[in-house]
Amino acid sequence: MTDTVLDIRNVSKRFGDNLANDDISLSLAKGEIVALLGENGAGKTTLMSILFGHYVPDTGSVSVMGQMLPPGKPRAAIRAGVGMVHQHFSLAPNLTVLENVMTGTESLWSLGSNVSAGRKKLLDISQRFGLKVDPDARLGDLSVGEQQRVEILKALYNDARILVLDEPTAVLTKLEAETLFSTLKDMARQGLSLIFISHKLDEVMATADRIVVLRGGRQVAERKVGDTSKAELAELMVGRKVTRPVREASTPGEIVLEAAGITVRSGGVDRLKSVDFRLRAGEVLGIIGVSGNGQAVLAQLLSGTIGRSAGDLVLFGKGVGDLTVADAVSSGIGRIPEDRNRDGAIGEMAIWENAVLERLPEFSKAGLVDRKAGIAFATRIIEGFDVRGGTPTSRIRLLSGGNMQKLILGRNLIEHPKILLAAQPARGLDEGAVAAVHERILEARKAGTAVLLISEDLDEVMALADRIQAIVGGRLSPSVNAEDVDAQRLGLMMAGEWGGASDAV
Amino acid sequence: MSALFDILASAGLWAAVLRIATPLILATLGALISERAGVLNLGIEGIMTFGAMLGWLAVYNGADLWVGLLVAALGGAMFGLLHSVLTVTLGLSQHVSGLGVTLFASSFAYYVFRLMVPVAGTPPTIEPFQPLDIPVLSDLSFFGPAFFTQTAPTYLAIGLAIALAYLIARTPIGLTIRMTGENPHAAEAQGLNPMAIRYGAVIFGSAMMGVGGAFLTLSAFNSFFPTMVQGRGWICIALVVFASWKPERALLGAILFALFDAFQLRLQTVLSGVVPYQIFLMIPYLLSIAALAVMARRARVPQALMQPYRRGER
Repeated sequence: MTDTVLDIRNVSKRFGDNLANDDISLSLAKGEIVALLGENGAGKTTLMSILFGHYVPDTGSVSVMGQMLPPGKPRAAIRAGVGMVHQHFSLAPNLTVLENVMTGTESLWSLGSNVSAGRKKLLDISQRFGLKVDPDARLGDLSVGEQQRVEILKALYNDARILVLDEPTAVLTKLEAETLFSTLKDMARQGLSLIFISHKLDEVMATADRIVVLRGGRQVAERKVGDTSKAELAELMVGRKVTRPVREASTPGEIVLEAAGITVRSGGVDRLKSVDFRLRAGEVLGIIGVSGNGQAVLAQLLSGTIGRSAGDLVLFGKGVGDLTVADAVSSGIGRIPEDRNRDGAIGEMAIWENAVLERLPEFSKAGLVDRKAGIAFATRIIEGFDVRGGTPTSRIRLLSGGNMQKLILGRNLIEHPKILLAAQPARGLDEGAVAAVHERILEARKAGTAVLLISEDLDEVMALADRIQAIVGGRLSPSVNAEDVDAQRLGLMMAGEWGGASDAV
Repeated sequence: MSALFDILASAGLWAAVLRIATPLILATLGALISERAGVLNLGIEGIMTFGAMLGWLAVYNGADLWVGLLVAALGGAMFGLLHSVLTVTLGLSQHVSGLGVTLFASSFAYYVFRLMVPVAGTPPTIEPFQPLDIPVLSDLSFFGPAFFTQTAPTYLAIGLAIALAYLIARTPIGLTIRMTGENPHAAEAQGLNPMAIRYGAVIFGSAMMGVGGAFLTLSAFNSFFPTMVQGRGWICIALVVFASWKPERALLGAILFALFDAFQLRLQTVLSGVVPYQIFLMIPYLLSIAALAVMARRARVPQALMQPYRRGER
């Protein structure tokens, strides 16, 4: 083919005992979008790091536009027109957008910087690809979606003709993700070639021309998007059939948590506005909404990390004043925080320490931490919840997202909490892990736990929840029975159109 | 009150301010550029002491005063290299390494001094920098004696502050240094070498600290004694924060601190016998803390300051 822009040939890379890439070959044509699909740890990011010169491959080669790239030289990859959009942005929050984009683009020893030329070039690119941005904004003041836009612009500013995006939607809201994919398609139409790494079947099917599936470091399949289906891809990716669990009918028990007219005011803004809901034992109440509409505040309120300004909270039939974190723990509210790395785990501490941290008094003897009991407890979670990739004494940071989430789930569910607060529990997880997490939540429901599920994923809410309320601008809709609504109706509710909905109980 | 006014209105006060400020300006700029690249250099106090000794020693042995400053810069750079190896290459704690460098450099300075200069009742002296006579300006009334009777290194320090302000804000290398201090991974993703940038910034910064120390022995005084830096290095570390990591504000901060210091020296003579002089000695430090609290609360700390950079690890 004459219009091949990228040719990766027989690349292998070994880290210790782990063969991260095993003889992988991949080519990319001008104007093509290829999805690199695989679970966490399949070797996708390793392959792209080799392409970009972050790693040196053990064998194999990378050519761009027919020219072989020297291994291990990011600068050479940039010069050849490869641009990388990292999952964790390579940006500096204290610098402006323009400064972030211009870093490294001029000769280091020149005595001045041609800022006006840089600004013009940035605005030209931003116009051409419809990526709106304010060059003088401080990067840290931008939303995550806008920051990603800057990351893409940075690559384009370096005249990238091949753009690699590493799990670009992992940090985006649904709406931002949709905008991103229409931008990517537009870029391909303008002659750019794109590779995006993903484990999300929907976005792969909707966006890519061709899909390459990696599993365990090996290339297991390559499909044109028209010749495959989500079901086939899921099976190829995981290596076995994966089915998400199904919710069985059940009769909910008594009301365990009731909120009436709760308002949370902070920074002069009402983050929650007169919110009402009831949660029963043995049911899942789904709170659906686009991120940033107050669900984080709701989760913080019930975790005891912020207080309310008005309204009543009734827990197990008793009114509560200011709920503290200690109250939440001791009264049996299990919590799965939205950002597991920031709020759910302490990366540098051992798995067992993370497992016992919130109930330290139970694991103390004579004022000392009972290490043995803690490790035994962590072992029970690891075995019971199928946490892979670590021992009780290894640092939790080393676990993959899915396994860390299983550990957090296990830490909460192993003691059979009366209430489980699950905020975006499957965010960023791969297909196998999503199924595992969902199964555990449904098991807890069956065992009588009342689950408050906060999510922006329609499929997730419809699969797990008995009743659903939408959250929009800090307000909560009346609840509807999951059986009575479809995706379209939920979409309307998420947009704030819930007029006429009666409160299902 | 009129006594206070008389102090402020005397040209001698302002001449002293610039003189006191000079070593602070030089060393603060050195610490600042290193921190902008993400490396805290608490070796400053010891490096200043070593620079003071080495510069003086060179001149004592017959070198030109400017050569003395250059030698002091090289001595500082040597300790900068040591600090870089420990904190950048080995990724050790910047606090601990810096304090280690300070203790080592101070003791080493005294050791070399004792080795080269025999014990004497009065410390040996050199002929220091003389005030520069600038045509027209030096002859102005009040402004002449207040601002234009300094030695050459003072003007050099002010010039360097302006040059570094420009370098950091306006040049590609300045942007690269800032990016390295904010997010070295981002710098690497743009094809830059954050390790090399950090080495460069720390070594250059340490050279400036050495020159700052040498100002004390080659211009402000004419002899060396081991305790002469007297905590100026620590003041500089605070001044960097006070300046929000901006060279132009570092210049201002150093002059402000020097003003407090010069003021209290004169206040001591005015109010001697009424208030113990130790009270006055505290004034500049108390005012510095107050100024720091007011000015630095909204400062934007370089995000990667004190974080070792390891390739391929986040």
